[in-house]
Amino acid sequence: MQTTAAPIGRLGIDSRKLVIWLFLASEIMFFTGLIGSYIVLRFANLDVWPVPSTVLNIPLTGLNTFILICSSMTLVLGLASVQRGYQEGMQVGLFLTVLLGSIFLAIQMHEYHNLIQDNFTISSSIFGSCFFTLTGFHGAHVFAGVVWLSIVTVKSFKGRYTSEDYAAIELAGLYWHFVDLVWIILFTILYLI
Amino acid sequence: MSESEAAVHKQPNYAAVFWSLLILTICEIIVANLHFAKPLIVITLVFLAIVKASLVALFYMHLKFEKYIIYIIALFPIFLAVILTVMVLSDRSIS
Repeated sequence: MQTTAAPIGRLGIDSRKLVIWLFLASEIMFFTGLIGSYIVLRFANLDVWPVPSTVLNIPLTGLNTFILICSSMTLVLGLASVQRGYQEGMQVGLFLTVLLGSIFLAIQMHEYHNLIQDNFTISSSIFGSCFFTLTGFHGAHVFAGVVWLSIVTVKSFKGRYTSEDYAAIELAGLYWHFVDLVWIILFTILYLI
Repeated sequence: MSESEAAVHKQPNYAAVFWSLLILTICEIIVANLHFAKPLIVITLVFLAIVKASLVALFYMHLKFEKYIIYIIALFPIFLAVILTVMVLSDRSIS
């Protein structure tokens, strides 16, 4: 097994991790732009803005939030396993993360289907535009994370990662946890407030 | 101590973080259904969301154990995000 040496830069940090954090910083600004627009539009249309619970399925989305939190847990357990050299734990952790991420997307598609059947679409109201734009971009990020983690999972089953070489899991994990973090904010501002 | 050894020794209590996130999510749903003053509910929900997001960033993303430069990279856009949000809300309160 060939072990990849971590490319440590002058800052004393793995440069791959530095790149991921810089990317996540740009993602923070991306979602801030969307959320800022949402706040402007909501305050400008307070008289026509519906109570979210009258339009959206809060219990179903609460379940979806639980699923995403579980996926973050399985991922850190997978990472902790590989750090201890426990290959099976890593593989199960990664597989469950991909599975839970896929279930999250399936439930979101189901939610979209139900909303569209109830004539709540991206063009039906300003709330609809905001809702589908924010959740759609987040869903696209979840999809990208599922694809990324699927590749990492396949490699883990091929024995690619060891207790000395697991940076790829850590980097994919940073992205996945960020997606979870964004959902925590979106769930609050879109569904609960 | 190698980087991997250091990482293993610094592993937080992931289960405690998980249960905290779960309990806080349940609290959020309960608070959202309370019949209190709307501003109070909004402030409470935003506070709970910030606590949950901080737990994920600090422990799942291991920000708590990272070097200062990573803190700067992570916190600077959050600082800008807060400015943007406050300015937007200020505009609303002025108008």
